[in-house]
Amino acid sequence: MSTTLAPAEVEVEQPQQEESREIDRPWIVIVWNDPINLMSYVTFVFQKLFGYSREKATELMLQVHNEGKAVVSTGTREKAEYDVARLHAHGLWATMRQD
Amino acid sequence: MDDQHRIEPAPDGGIRFFLPPAERELLLQLRAELLSLLESAPDDPSLERLFPPAYDDRKRDSEYQRLMRDDLETGLRETFDVMEATAGREQLSVPEAEAWLRALTDLRLVLGTRLEVREGTFAEGFDLNDPRAPELAVYGYLSWLQEMLVGAVSEASGL
Repeated sequence: MSTTLAPAEVEVEQPQQEESREIDRPWIVIVWNDPINLMSYVTFVFQKLFGYSREKATELMLQVHNEGKAVVSTGTREKAEYDVARLHAHGLWATMRQD
Repeated sequence: MDDQHRIEPAPDGGIRFFLPPAERELLLQLRAELLSLLESAPDDPSLERLFPPAYDDRKRDSEYQRLMRDDLETGLRETFDVMEATAGREQLSVPEAEAWLRALTDLRLVLGTRLEVREGTFAEGFDLNDPRAPELAVYGYLSWLQEMLVGAVSEASGL
C-alpha cells in the first residue's frame, strides 16, 4: 500500500463513484396481490400509511388486484425497509428491491 | 339491533362496535388459538403470511428478519391485547378500531392460509358438506366484520 496521498486518491475515486451510483438508485416497495386481504382494507392501509387520497389509494389497490402487484413507494433503502415493515405489520404482502 | 347499526361511526367520535356475546366469545377463542400456535409452533406454515419476506435475496432477508421479526411479533401481540381489552365494549376509539382491523387481518391470514383460500373461493358460496365448512363460515364472518369495520373507520377518520 502506498503512503503517498496522490496515487491513493486516484485509486479510490472510481470505486467511490460506483458506490454512490449504487446508493443513489432508489429502492421500490412492491405490494403483491393476495387472495385474503379485502380490497377495502388494502385501500385503507395505503391511505393511512402513505397519506394517499382515496382515489390514488384505490387506483393502486386495483393495480395490485388486476395486475398482481404495484409499486407503492420509493426512496432510500432505509425508507423502503420502514415502509415494508409497516405494510407487513398491517398484513400486506410487500417486498422491496433496488430499481 | 340490526347489523347495519352495530358497527358505525359514533356521533361523538370513535366507532360504535357492538358484538353479541356469541361473536365476542368466538373472536376471543380465535385470538387465543392464534397466540397459542405462535407460542407452540412458531414455524407452522399457516403463520407464514404473518412474517413475509422483505427481500428476494436470502442473505438480505435473513438480516431483515433478524432485525424486524421481534418488532412485528410485539406489534401483533399489542393489537391482540387491545382486542381482548375492548371486546366487551360498545364503543372504540379510532386507534382501538385500527388495532382490531390488524388483529382481524392476522386471524384471516392464518385461517385463510390454512383453508387455502383462493380468489373466488366464496364466489359461488360453499358446500355445507365440505369438511372445511365450519371454518369457511368463520372466515366469511371475519371478512364481513372487517368489511364493516374498515368502512366505519374510514368514515370516522375522514379518509
